[in-house]
Amino acid sequence: MAQKQQDQELLQYESRIKVPYTWSVGEVGSRFLMELKENRKIWATRCPSCDMVFVPPKKTCTYCFSDIHEWVEVKDEGVLQTFTVVRYETPLIPGKPPYIIGIIMLDGADTGLVHLIAGVPHDKVKVGMRVKAVFEEKRKGHILDINHFKPI
Amino acid sequence: MAKEKTAIVATGQTHHRSSRLDVNGIELIHEAVTRCLEDGELTIDDIDAVVIGNMDHFEGINYVDTWSIDGSGAFMKPIIKVTTGGTTGSTVGHCGYHLVASGMFDKVLAIGWEKNSESDTTAAITTAFDPIWDRLVFAGAISGLAVEAMAYMVKYGATEKDAARVAVRDRKHATNNPYAQLRKEVSIEDVMNSPMLSDPIKLLDVCPRTDGACAVVFASEQYAEKICDRPAWIHGISAKHPYNYLGDYDWEDRLPSMQMASKELYAKAGIKEPLKEIDVMELYLPYSCAGLSWIEALGLCGPGQAPKLLWDGVTDMGGELPINPSGGVIATNCIGATALLRISEAAVQVMGRGGKRQVPDVNTALASGFGGCFWSDVTLLKSTKPK
Repeated sequence: MAQKQQDQELLQYESRIKVPYTWSVGEVGSRFLMELKENRKIWATRCPSCDMVFVPPKKTCTYCFSDIHEWVEVKDEGVLQTFTVVRYETPLIPGKPPYIIGIIMLDGADTGLVHLIAGVPHDKVKVGMRVKAVFEEKRKGHILDINHFKPI
Repeated sequence: MAKEKTAIVATGQTHHRSSRLDVNGIELIHEAVTRCLEDGELTIDDIDAVVIGNMDHFEGINYVDTWSIDGSGAFMKPIIKVTTGGTTGSTVGHCGYHLVASGMFDKVLAIGWEKNSESDTTAAITTAFDPIWDRLVFAGAISGLAVEAMAYMVKYGATEKDAARVAVRDRKHATNNPYAQLRKEVSIEDVMNSPMLSDPIKLLDVCPRTDGACAVVFASEQYAEKICDRPAWIHGISAKHPYNYLGDYDWEDRLPSMQMASKELYAKAGIKEPLKEIDVMELYLPYSCAGLSWIEALGLCGPGQAPKLLWDGVTDMGGELPINPSGGVIATNCIGATALLRISEAAVQVMGRGGKRQVPDVNTALASGFGGCFWSDVTLLKSTKPK
């Protein structure tokens, strides 16, 4: 609805910025994504100083700023730490609402992985339930090479 | 360590609305700055330096510091822009404090603003998430907050009704604040019956998006009492911005960054029992459940005990420790200004200039900021000079 200030109609200038980006994943993240693609495996990095195991992998420890060079394989299943059923629509996310976003602590990891939860009625999802990765048949080196996590 | 004792001596804010088509961004900033200078009976010539902040993607303007000088009055003055997501306003405030407390400047104008009506808020907030790991799955602010609320409710047994009590309080308080955007009371039933956005967060549990600005003047000891008869002295700040990926957060705990920040702040200011020793709090609570778990993080009560505090009215106007006399973020959320409004409102309470929203006899006030990936900033203000 148009706003007016006394008799003055107030105008808005419509425009749009559409900018393409190509973000560098980096050597560490690329190795993680290529393992998803080639071997359907989930690898993490482990801090040599404080033993934190990071999924997604990090090159530098968040907690002690150490350089990380060690890789460890973690399980493709783990515990659902928390979740939400998203009921609003946004073009920014591939899924149609309602869909479930969860944070999964994979067995062997110390940080959670943000991902989609599916294959379960929305009212049956519970914090603490065990879930397992469901891989795409055609994979391209992308976090969505795991299509979603399903309860086991 | 601070070299100069520093106080807030003047504040100003716009009348916040969902859209302010009567002003462009520069003019919106000008409105807050002018009111702030009037509050301190200052002119722009009294100002030595300016700090300004917003989130670039909300307006699509990338050189706000220079673009906005007709609004900020920073023509030929030192100016810096800072942006830290939701905490932008508290970072702006902390920068203003640093510039004076370091002895570099005597009177610094700190400005936070946002014109959220100018773009797609969810899209803009999504740019704050990591593009490779988080952005494709999480979009906007709501789902990121919803998973936190879910984890807290499951672990500590709090209910959606308990959370709704927070929204009811803040919306009631907002009716006392002539500047607030949403000035209509809501009931527990209204909140519970509002549409579910992302379980367990419903429409009336979350903040709106707002056009608004806020400005604050920080002054050194030499000038503070000349400008203001009852300045709000800064007794400590703390900023904890720990995480970058959402999965790094500790879902078993309650806002660890706030626990760390408040513990550090209380130690600096010698506060042992925050519930008893602090007279009022202005907290950046972007959604209702934060008003439960985050006040536990602030040490106001033990784990899982916040709902009782809320239902007992302890945090209402007239209670032992009123929270958000202004109506808080659930009533007004001009994002780059939001956390500066908390500092400004805490200062207003110490100065005794709150009008209908004034809490009686405020000597000590705490303001918080929240943003990014579960970050926390805190600021403690008092009517007495720091030692």
